[in-house]
Amino acid sequence: MSDTTNKKDLSVFSIGTLILLAVIAYGVYSAYYRFSYGLGPSTNLSDSVPWGIWIAFDVLCGVALAAGGFTITAAVYIFNMKKYKPIARPAILTAFIGYLMVVVGLVVDIGQPTRFWHPLVMWQHRSVMFEVVWCITLYSIVLGLEFAPAFLEKLKLNLLLKFLKFFTFPLVILGIILSFLHQSSLGAFFLIMPGKLHPLWYSKLMPQMFYISAIAVGLAMVCFESIVSAWAFKRDYETDIIRGVGKGTAITLLVYLIVKVADLGMRGALPLAFDGGTASKLFLAEVGLGVVAPMVLLAIRGVRESVSGVLGASVLVIGGVIMNRFNTNFFAQLGSGVSYFPTSKEIGITLGLIALGVFLYRLAVVFLPVLHEAKAEH
Amino acid sequence: MATITKPQGALVDLTKCIGCRGCQVTCKSWNQRSTKKTQMTGNFTSPGDMNSETYTLVKFIENDKDADVTWDFIKVQCMHCKNPACASACPVGAFTKTPAGPVTYEPEKCIGCRYCMMACPFQIPKYEWDKKYPVVQKCTFCAERIADGMEPACVKTCPPNAIIFGDHDKILAEAERRIKEHPEKYVNHIYGKEEAGGTAWMYLSSVPFDKMGFKAGIPKGPLPDLTWASLSKIPYAVGGLAVILSAIAFIRNRGNSDSAVPPDEKGKEG
Ligand code: SF4
Ligand code: SF4
Ligand code: SF4
Repeated sequence: MSDTTNKKDLSVFSIGTLILLAVIAYGVYSAYYRFSYGLGPSTNLSDSVPWGIWIAFDVLCGVALAAGGFTITAAVYIFNMKKYKPIARPAILTAFIGYLMVVVGLVVDIGQPTRFWHPLVMWQHRSVMFEVVWCITLYSIVLGLEFAPAFLEKLKLNLLLKFLKFFTFPLVILGIILSFLHQSSLGAFFLIMPGKLHPLWYSKLMPQMFYISAIAVGLAMVCFESIVSAWAFKRDYETDIIRGVGKGTAITLLVYLIVKVADLGMRGALPLAFDGGTASKLFLAEVGLGVVAPMVLLAIRGVRESVSGVLGASVLVIGGVIMNRFNTNFFAQLGSGVSYFPTSKEIGITLGLIALGVFLYRLAVVFLPVLHEAKAEH
Repeated sequence: MATITKPQGALVDLTKCIGCRGCQVTCKSWNQRSTKKTQMTGNFTSPGDMNSETYTLVKFIENDKDADVTWDFIKVQCMHCKNPACASACPVGAFTKTPAGPVTYEPEKCIGCRYCMMACPFQIPKYEWDKKYPVVQKCTFCAERIADGMEPACVKTCPPNAIIFGDHDKILAEAERRIKEHPEKYVNHIYGKEEAGGTAWMYLSSVPFDKMGFKAGIPKGPLPDLTWASLSKIPYAVGGLAVILSAIAFIRNRGNSDSAVPPDEKGKEG
C-alpha cells in the first residue's frame, strides 16, 4: 500500500507553490534587513508600542492557532475517540510547524537574537515570559517526537518506531500539560498591566480565557485545514470528523462565552461594551463575529453538516481569536495620541512565516505519510 | 564608608520645582548620556518624552486657573518600586531590587523581549531602537553614588532643594509632616506611597496629580503579585493534570485493541 498521497495530484511546483515561494522570499529579505539594521529601522515599534504584530500575530495567534495539536491528541489518545485518529497526525504536523514558526518569530522579535538561549540558563521563575519560553521550547520538542513516527515510517526504521511508540502516552500527556501551561500563560502576560489594559479585556481570568479560546480556535483550525487540504489535494471531505469537531468547537465557544459574560458582569464592565466607543465597537465585533456567530451557526444541524457551513464558521472563530489577541496586545499599549501600523518588513516577516508554514506542510504531506497514516498502519 | 543597605527614598516637592532642568542636565552628564534629535511640539518639554538617552525628564505641564494658563513642572524618572514589575516580568532576571533601594539592570543578560517595558506601570524602561543590538535604559537611582554614601546626581544639583533624599522611612515621614503642617498648600496624597505597592521616589503637589500628568489608576498593591497568583499554581496544575489525564487514558483505553494503544502497554495491562 502506498504510504504517501498520490504524487500526481500534488506537484510541488504549482502556481500556489510559486506564490508561497515568492512570499517566503520577501520574508527572507525582510529578515535579512531586520538582522542587518536592527529593530528601529525595520519596524514601527517604539517606546510607546514595544510589542507589534510579531508578538500579536506570530506569537500570540501562532500559539493559539496551533492548539489543534494538543486538543486532537487528547481526544484520540486520552479519551480514545478513535474516529479522530485520521486527523491526529495532520493536527500534530500543523502544531509542530506552527511552533517552529513561533520560535522563529520570537528570535526575530527579540532585540538580542543571539541571546535567545538566555532564559533557558538564567532562571527567573517569577516571570511569565520565562515560563512561556520554556514551555514553547519543550513543547516544540514534544511535537517533534510526536511527529517523528511519520519520518520513521517513511524511512522504515521499525525498531526505532517501536521504541518511540512506547512513549506515545507520556508524550501526549506531557504535551497537553505544557499546552495548558503556556496557552494560559499567554493570557497571564497581561495580568501585570491592570492600569494599562482596557477593562473590557483586563480580567483575572485572562489565563483561563486564553486557554479556552485556544481550544476553540485549535478545533476550528483542524476543521479549516481538513476542508482546505481535502480540496487542495482532491480528496474526499472527512464529513463525519468535521461534523464532530464542529460540534466540539460550538460547545467550547459556549463555555468561553459564559465565562466571558459572567466575568464582565461580575466586574461591572458589561456596560462598557455598549458605550459606543472604539473599544466597545471592537469588542462587539470580536465577540459577536468571532464567538456568538460561529457558535450559533455550528449549533444548527444543517450548517454543521454542510462543508461550507463549517468552513465559514471556522473562519469566523479564527478571525475572532486573532481579533482578541490583537485587541489585548494593542489596548495594553496604545494610549492617547499613539498609533502603530506595521512596516512592510514587519508584515513581510509575518506573511513569510505563514507562507513558510504552509509550504512545509505541503512538502510534509506530499513526502511523508501524514494524511493516510491510519490506513497505512493496518 | 559602609555600604548602605537601608532602603533609601527620594521626595520631589513639586511646589518647589522651578523647572530649571538642572536635574535633567546633571543626570545626562553623570550617566554620560548623549542626545537625540528633537522636534518642536508646541510644548516646552524637551525632549518630548523620556528615551534611552534621557533617564530623567522635566515635563512642562499647562493647566488653566481662573482663565489664566499656569505652568507646573514635574520631574519624572524610574520610581524604583519596592516590588518592581519590570524585575518580575524579566525572563532572565536582568533587573534587581537592591537593598538600598535602586532597581538596577544588567544589560549583558537582556534578550530584548521588552516585556519589562510592557509591565512597568509608569512606562519607564526605554529601548535603544536606533541600535543594531539594543538594550534597555532607565534611571539607575545613581546606585554607585548611593553605595558610596552620596546622594543621586539630580538631588545634589537641584537649586531650590525640591528633591530630598535619605532613609525611606524618614523621607516618607517628612512628606507626611509637610502635608500635615500645610494642608492648604498640598493635595492630600503622597504619590508613590502606595502606588504599585509603594515606590522609592515620592511626590508632593499642590495640583491634583492626574492634572499634573501623573498616571492615575495605578493599583495600590504590588503588581508582581497579580502574575504570581497565576504562576504559583503551576506545580499543582502539572501534578493534577498528570494524574487526571493518566487516569482517563487508562480507563478509556482499557481492553483496547485499537492501535491507538501501543502494543507494549497492552501487554502490561493483560
Ligand atoms: S518604575 Fe518601572 S522601571 Fe522603575 S522600578 Fe518600577 S516597574 Fe521598574
Ligand atoms: S527586554 Fe531585557 S530587561 Fe526587559 S524583560 Fe526582556 S530580557 Fe528583561
Ligand atoms: S533641578 Fe530641581 S528645580 Fe530644577 S527642574 Fe529638577 S527638580 Fe525642578
